[in-house]
Amino acid sequence: MNERLSSALRVLPDYLSQHVLLSAASLALGLLVSVPLLIAARRSARVRWPVLAVASLIQTVPSIALLALFYPLLLGLSSLCKRLFGVGFPALGFLPSLLALTLYSILPILRNGITAILNLDPAILQAASGVGMTDRQRLLRVELPLAAPMLMAGLRTSAVWVIGTATLATPVGQTSLGNYIFTGLQVEDWVWVLFGCGAAVALALLTDQLLALIELGLGRRRPRLAWTGLGLLLLGVAAAGVVPLRAGRHAGYVVGAKDFSEQYILASLISSRIRAQGYSVRERTDLGSVFAFRALAANEIDTYVDYTGTLWTNILHRTDMPGRRRMLQDLRVQLRRRYGVVLLGPLGFENAYVLAMRRGEAARLGIRTIEDLARAAPRLTIGGDLEFFARPEWRMLEERYGLHFRAERAYEPTFMYKALMSREVDVITAFSSDGRIAADHLVVLKDPLHAIPPYDAVVLLAPKRASDPVLRRALEPLIGAIPLKLMRHANYMVERPADQRTPAQAARWLARAAHLH
Amino acid sequence: MIAVESVSKSFDGGASFAVRAVSLRVPARAFVAIVGDSGSGKTTLLKTINRLIEPQQGEVIIDEEPVRTVAPHALRRRIGYVFQGIGLFPHMSIAENIGITPRLIGWPEPKIRARVEELIDLVALPRSYLARLPAELSGGQRQRVGIARALAARPHIMLMDEPFGALDPVTRDALGAEYRRLHESMRLTTLMVTHDILEAVLLADRIVVMRAGAIVADGEPRALLSGHPDPQVRTLMDMPRRQAERVRALLEERARE
Repeated sequence: MNERLSSALRVLPDYLSQHVLLSAASLALGLLVSVPLLIAARRSARVRWPVLAVASLIQTVPSIALLALFYPLLLGLSSLCKRLFGVGFPALGFLPSLLALTLYSILPILRNGITAILNLDPAILQAASGVGMTDRQRLLRVELPLAAPMLMAGLRTSAVWVIGTATLATPVGQTSLGNYIFTGLQVEDWVWVLFGCGAAVALALLTDQLLALIELGLGRRRPRLAWTGLGLLLLGVAAAGVVPLRAGRHAGYVVGAKDFSEQYILASLISSRIRAQGYSVRERTDLGSVFAFRALAANEIDTYVDYTGTLWTNILHRTDMPGRRRMLQDLRVQLRRRYGVVLLGPLGFENAYVLAMRRGEAARLGIRTIEDLARAAPRLTIGGDLEFFARPEWRMLEERYGLHFRAERAYEPTFMYKALMSREVDVITAFSSDGRIAADHLVVLKDPLHAIPPYDAVVLLAPKRASDPVLRRALEPLIGAIPLKLMRHANYMVERPADQRTPAQAARWLARAAHLH
Repeated sequence: MIAVESVSKSFDGGASFAVRAVSLRVPARAFVAIVGDSGSGKTTLLKTINRLIEPQQGEVIIDEEPVRTVAPHALRRRIGYVFQGIGLFPHMSIAENIGITPRLIGWPEPKIRARVEELIDLVALPRSYLARLPAELSGGQRQRVGIARALAARPHIMLMDEPFGALDPVTRDALGAEYRRLHESMRLTTLMVTHDILEAVLLADRIVVMRAGAIVADGEPRALLSGHPDPQVRTLMDMPRRQAERVRALLEERARE
């Protein structure tokens, strides 16, 4: 079988079971929240109006933002909790995803339920009172059973939304079928992207059909049908619950990775070295840039690779630029002191922000350094990745060189290179270890004023793994062992348009080429 | 006995009254029809008896017990209630619909089942209908079920609000006559609201005429038919008599030919 497809299938039990558990938990919690709200709202317009307004408002918040916003909220709550009770809770991964998806699931259930109850035949309600039902009996014996089919229709809508949106839980650190999509997008592996989409769609359709079975059973008064649907659903959730129990709670180590090729390759390299020591490993990939460090500091992952410049500006919030050696030294001390995180050492290459241009264009305009670029900038358009124009490096570049472009555009990294090659932009903020620099024959502009800080790749260890002998044995040989040229080539193997390799294959190549044993 | 004592109800905070200071005494086993135009307050008056509507003033007393001292649901389980909309529960079978009040009271299941079968026979529907849903029945059949449901917990009092209003004339006539027989055999006290004066004349022992929230006439059908000081009541009561005379005239014409 195709290596990419078989590697996708290998992680399917993990991704699918996590996706199912997350979606099921969100829907269950959504039902638990919306049914009492529905009961409170059915009589009183004063409750109904604000409840529906808030639920609708939540629905309009972009899902990815809603997921992301729960992180700082939970982080604050967690530290408050820690101060009050001495125990915190993880602010990443399952919890923020669960809360965001639960909020999403409420509106369809609530709106359908309220519509159903408000539109009940008044004669039936009068009869319910007339035969001597109490308010509660009327609710349980008449209103809810009659609203049930429409409530189920709302639940079906919710289920499809939640299962689709759960793919966005990946960047906040919750494994889901979204990992296929995010990883695939980063390494331009469309097989993985399609695989992830297909799996999510199949899951949504299956769930929808099982819920439809319950709806039919309720509507046509055929309890067996409803029980069958419910039974199959619960069976699916139970099966998903068994997978992580069997595969993983006692998985020895968790290796993290952010959401781009180099990170996948390095995570794979690290994993295989830990495995070679006889320990099991689980990878948690596609963590957002800040989330990765937080997850490490919270001991949710044991190790990952980050970059000195990123840690300097994003974690320590420093704006001074003391030079490569001092920066490394300060980071080592400060990360240990503030977070208990161990900086094991640099890998030997740098993945810095650099400004790059098409070779021909640069030659034609006579641009070799950023100083040259500053003179031509008012006639040029620059493309950056999604975060670059908000980063301090960009402000430093602008200030030090007096850069003013005709236009600035932000892209997903994969599409940023494509934009440069198709002449939509003239300059991009590339990454120095990116294989595409060599592949696309790009020129990296020199930075004579040293406005951009160094971005040496460094291995970090979680506080609880600070002196873990297994990790040390596995990872110390990596320090200083990976030169830029090899990393670039490994990255290129994963990203090149033809003869593409998986990150695991590239990691094996890299280990051989760097003489790591 | 039902005693309505000076009951008033306003739906607009006292600007106007649906029922104003109405008093009415209905002895046990009476069959009283309340007639009047729409908006005359007859339905409001009826609903104050089983507390579907709470009066602002006055009191309703059943067998010497003020109804406001009884929990509404407990009160309603003791009073049969039938109305034009019928309101059968669409998600329950005919058997479940008929047995609902006994089930709410907590009768044992075998007793409920026996009672349900007794009632379906009583309202002359085949027992095979018990397993059906309301949607599978015709309007007349549904109202038979509605009556059976109201009778299920053996109430002594039946409140009926335009019970046959939505039925075709033949069904209406038949069902009215059948109910009258049930009223006798089960020793019920019946209060029936109707806007059909003919129905009231044919079924009730006593007719109460309401207008603008007040009782304007109260008497046996025969007495009201033979004249009343209020001109509007006279006009109202004239109608069935004139209709009957015209029918008789037509029949006599046929006989002469």
